[in-house]
Amino acid sequence: MQIYLPIADLPVNIFVILAIGLAVGFISGMFGIGGGFLMTPLLIFLGVTPAVAVASVTGHIAASSMSGAASYWRRNAVDVALVFMLLAGGLVGTVVGVWLFTLLRSLGHLDLTIGLSYVVLLCVVGALMVTESLRAIIRSRQGKPVELRRPGSHTWFHGLPFKVRFKRSRIYVSAIPVWAIGFIIGFVGAVMGIGGGFLLVPMLIYLLRVPTATVIGTSMVLTLVTMASATVLHAVTNHLVDALLALLLMVGGVIGAQFGARAGARISGEWLRLLLGLLVLAVGIRFALNLVLTPDELYFLRPLEGGQ
Amino acid sequence: MRSRLATLGVALAALALATPAAAERVIASVSNHRVQVSSSFTGEELVLFGSIEHTPNDPERRGGYDLIATVSGPRQNLETFRRDRVLGIWVNVDSRVFDNVPAYLAVLANRPLDMITNGETLRRLQLGLANVVLLQRAAVTIADSSLDDPFRLNFLKLRQKQQLYREATNGITFLTPTLYRATIPLPAESPTGDYEVDVRLFADGAPIARTTSAFEVYKTGIEQVVTSAARDHSFVYGLTTAMMALLTGWLASIVFRRD
Repeated sequence: MQIYLPIADLPVNIFVILAIGLAVGFISGMFGIGGGFLMTPLLIFLGVTPAVAVASVTGHIAASSMSGAASYWRRNAVDVALVFMLLAGGLVGTVVGVWLFTLLRSLGHLDLTIGLSYVVLLCVVGALMVTESLRAIIRSRQGKPVELRRPGSHTWFHGLPFKVRFKRSRIYVSAIPVWAIGFIIGFVGAVMGIGGGFLLVPMLIYLLRVPTATVIGTSMVLTLVTMASATVLHAVTNHLVDALLALLLMVGGVIGAQFGARAGARISGEWLRLLLGLLVLAVGIRFALNLVLTPDELYFLRPLEGGQ
Repeated sequence: MRSRLATLGVALAALALATPAAAERVIASVSNHRVQVSSSFTGEELVLFGSIEHTPNDPERRGGYDLIATVSGPRQNLETFRRDRVLGIWVNVDSRVFDNVPAYLAVLANRPLDMITNGETLRRLQLGLANVVLLQRAAVTIADSSLDDPFRLNFLKLRQKQQLYREATNGITFLTPTLYRATIPLPAESPTGDYEVDVRLFADGAPIARTTSAFEVYKTGIEQVVTSAARDHSFVYGLTTAMMALLTGWLASIVFRRD
């Protein structure tokens, strides 16, 4: 069944969009990430222009984060203090990111920068997650206890000042790395058009030692706040949010996220991290191939604003 | 540029002198002047039809009549990039902006253009995709580049691949020697706006009459409501979309609640 998308100016098969929403929603519910880094390339592949894709996906991510966040909230698995602390850094990061985005666009290197940052970021994060989780799996196979929080293994920034106690997560860390993580997420989100959940979850686990119990709920609430505001910002600044596309993606996404969350609860933490690492790595390699392989067409077209 | 203007001037004068001799008229109309884009729009085919009126006084046309119809859509600025390999990765190395070019362009005729008239006339009247003027902008200068410029050729190729530009030399059918019919295919991606139809009548290789028609492609129903809301009330629109997202997510968590 075909439906015409009003802002994307494109007819699409309604079931294809619902299926994409469902699949990405499943993954986002399973790993507690927004899934923007998967959804945006998929929509571009369907023929939606990158700008409309990035703008509309924010709505979908907000919806699937909301559905996940509500479940975690009821289970009291959200660290509100940590969310606020991360948001403080995230706000500054977003402003700096938007500034860089505008600068790069005026220099004409935005596409290449986005492509390269996807490759570097996804490959590095994916490879790190795969090696770490494999090590954890091997360790547990050998009968040694799986221990994510190694009490003695304090890193250098545990010595930093402005220590804050996050009661819900039972961690006592300096506010500086928390702000820094928030800043990076906000910055990356603005430049690359992604929620940054796949970065946030490992950073919270490995750097701040946030326990698995609260990490996903906390990440989802943060994603929810940033993506809901990004939807409004995108709508106001460039009028490119396709509400119909967003609604279709949301409906598929929230249902998928529920099933994903249940599937995720049945898999042990290190296997979950291995799967997510492989997925992130695969998308990163796909982007790398895009940059290296000879394209079908050496020329391509892009409509400019203000053509009348 | 000056010599081109001069040629154009001479050509126009010749045309002005030539026209009164022929009294034939060409009449054209399209089957639908207002094409609606609703949520079920997957493209449409318009019928262009008309006839040639002639009087017994007109000179005898041994070669019969020929028609070339050009359908051009709303104007658009399009940037064309050329990619090349730099240090192993594909980078946009060069770009041109095509200024104010039709977002949709269809050239329909009853037989191959070069059989209807000579190349000089086709170029002068900008008939056929190979001859249409496309203004290019590189950095700050605006120029109408040569007809075999690689940017121009690739631009035309990509537009034809998207089915937004086309040339069909069997697109017009003569039902009788003076009655014709053609189909204007509008793909689903056709931009909204005003479309012009320009029909030129040829006899024995010379343009003898011309007429125009027009139609409009516009959004209706929910498509129109969403488009105008996104443009005119962007803050409320964005807020509504965000609230819709939160509500959808919250509802899902209630519906699927297990405890």
